[in-house]
Amino acid sequence: MGYRAKITSLLVVAVLLIITFLFIDLGKNWDYALPRRSVKMLAVIITSVAIGFSTLVFQTITNNRILTPSILGLDSLYMLLQTMLVFLFGSTHVAMIDKNINFALSLFFMMLFALIFYKFLLRGEGQDIYFLLLIGLIFGTLFNSLTSFMQVLIDPNEFLIVQDRMFASINNVNTDLLYLSIAVMLLAGLYSLKYAKYLDVLALGREHAINLGIDYDHVVKRLLIIVAVFVSISTALTGPMTFLGLLVINVAREFLNTYKHSVLTIGTVLFSIIALVGGQLLVERVFTFSTTLSVVINFVGGVYFIYLLLKENRSW
Amino acid sequence: MVEVKNVSKQYGNKFVVKGVSLKIPKQKITAFIGPNGAGKSTLLSMISRLIKKDEGEILIDGKEIGACKSNDLAKKISILKQSNHINLRLTVRELVSFGRFPYSSGRLTKEDQRHVDEAIRYMGLEEIEHKFLDQLSGGQKQRAFIAMVIAQDTEYILLDEPLNNLDMKHSVQIMKMLRKLVDELGKTIVIVLHDINFASVYADYVVAMKDGELVHVGPTDQVIDHSVLKDVYDMDINIQQINNCKICVYFS
Repeated sequence: MGYRAKITSLLVVAVLLIITFLFIDLGKNWDYALPRRSVKMLAVIITSVAIGFSTLVFQTITNNRILTPSILGLDSLYMLLQTMLVFLFGSTHVAMIDKNINFALSLFFMMLFALIFYKFLLRGEGQDIYFLLLIGLIFGTLFNSLTSFMQVLIDPNEFLIVQDRMFASINNVNTDLLYLSIAVMLLAGLYSLKYAKYLDVLALGREHAINLGIDYDHVVKRLLIIVAVFVSISTALTGPMTFLGLLVINVAREFLNTYKHSVLTIGTVLFSIIALVGGQLLVERVFTFSTTLSVVINFVGGVYFIYLLLKENRSW
Repeated sequence: MVEVKNVSKQYGNKFVVKGVSLKIPKQKITAFIGPNGAGKSTLLSMISRLIKKDEGEILIDGKEIGACKSNDLAKKISILKQSNHINLRLTVRELVSFGRFPYSSGRLTKEDQRHVDEAIRYMGLEEIEHKFLDQLSGGQKQRAFIAMVIAQDTEYILLDEPLNNLDMKHSVQIMKMLRKLVDELGKTIVIVLHDINFASVYADYVVAMKDGELVHVGPTDQVIDHSVLKDVYDMDINIQQINNCKICVYFS
């Protein structure tokens, strides 16, 4: 099967799932249910694009198939922010209740962190990207520890509110946020188009990329910022879900068996849509909301991750 | 012409390359020799902008490399490092096609395809052009990488120990092919070599380095000399004339 046929079949599956999701058990009150479901679907598509693209770009930059942008510590920061808001102001504070303000705050702080982080770490020339990851990992752990520290101190009822934010969910996405996210993502996407053609070459590694005329440090810095924007959007919109990226990107690689980023990007995004919509259908219809989407995704993803490790282990 | 002026590079307090000035003649093979840690690879990496120099100037055709656009440089000068591990599953042809990136940004034109075909033919890779790199032997892989550099079609080609891990047959094959590139296509090749006999037989000029500094620069005939080599390697090397080639016997 050529790429075109594979991509088309993925597209068909994705569309079928979306249609199922939109119209299953629609009932008489369709004028109520349909717009709500559409909003969810839009959120799913945005999250899929954001996670799929950012993970792909991140893996290309780091030249590593088992990393996700979560190593930069952005989703840990998100959790810290949510916990801190409850810890300092209580769960009834406007920053917690008003989703717009919460979204704006989360996005702002994640972007701020990413920019400061890059600014300091990518200052010198030829900085090792793995050094950046190591520092990100340490920050992530620090944020996690601070989060747990505050979580044990707060009132159990307040903790429930925080816990709700710990799991990614598309059940309560705000329409206004969607439009804002779409606008920001379109801007970031247009900006990244300029660098898209470099991705294949970047995957060859730093030295080959420079040899082939890419201004490596400049391009990698820009791409990392784009990754941060995409991760921030998807995290602020639906919660921490970067693990999904790892799952879908590797399935896409296995399935499409190509190095071409133009094909891989589309494949990854379609696989994320399939995984998210399929997962959400499971959550709603099979588990009747007794579990959350990220639990389903993390379970399937975790199993696949172990398989991947074992397989990579054998091939070395 | 590539001109290196007073170039230095230091890590911490240690100079890896110290005040090196050098002119690399056009349409010749220039070999860098010297013991491990002499700064040969570092110098090569600086000339090809893979790492930045701390001091000095490097001019390619009269222009400082820092002032050139990276993409323009990629059409003038190419480098192949000693270890070329690639994480992607590529066929030989796909790899060679990457060499055309500076010209076409990934969308290969007919002209690009012609260059790719030519490079593959030049390196004798026609039979295996659709094989994946991880299915190839070390020698075939090395030839594939060199084919990529040839497809890049640059005037200057820098090779960092291309004979590493290759057996005699493939080493000789590659050196002969490099000779052909210089004599037939008028390329300028700079190559880091560890086996001085390959330098002696195939190179036009030899640059001998030690402890980050140039020890001796000159036509091959002058550098492959008992006292010069003693300076460079601290070894008494017996040089014999065999079939009009100077062969160094360094086993003692």
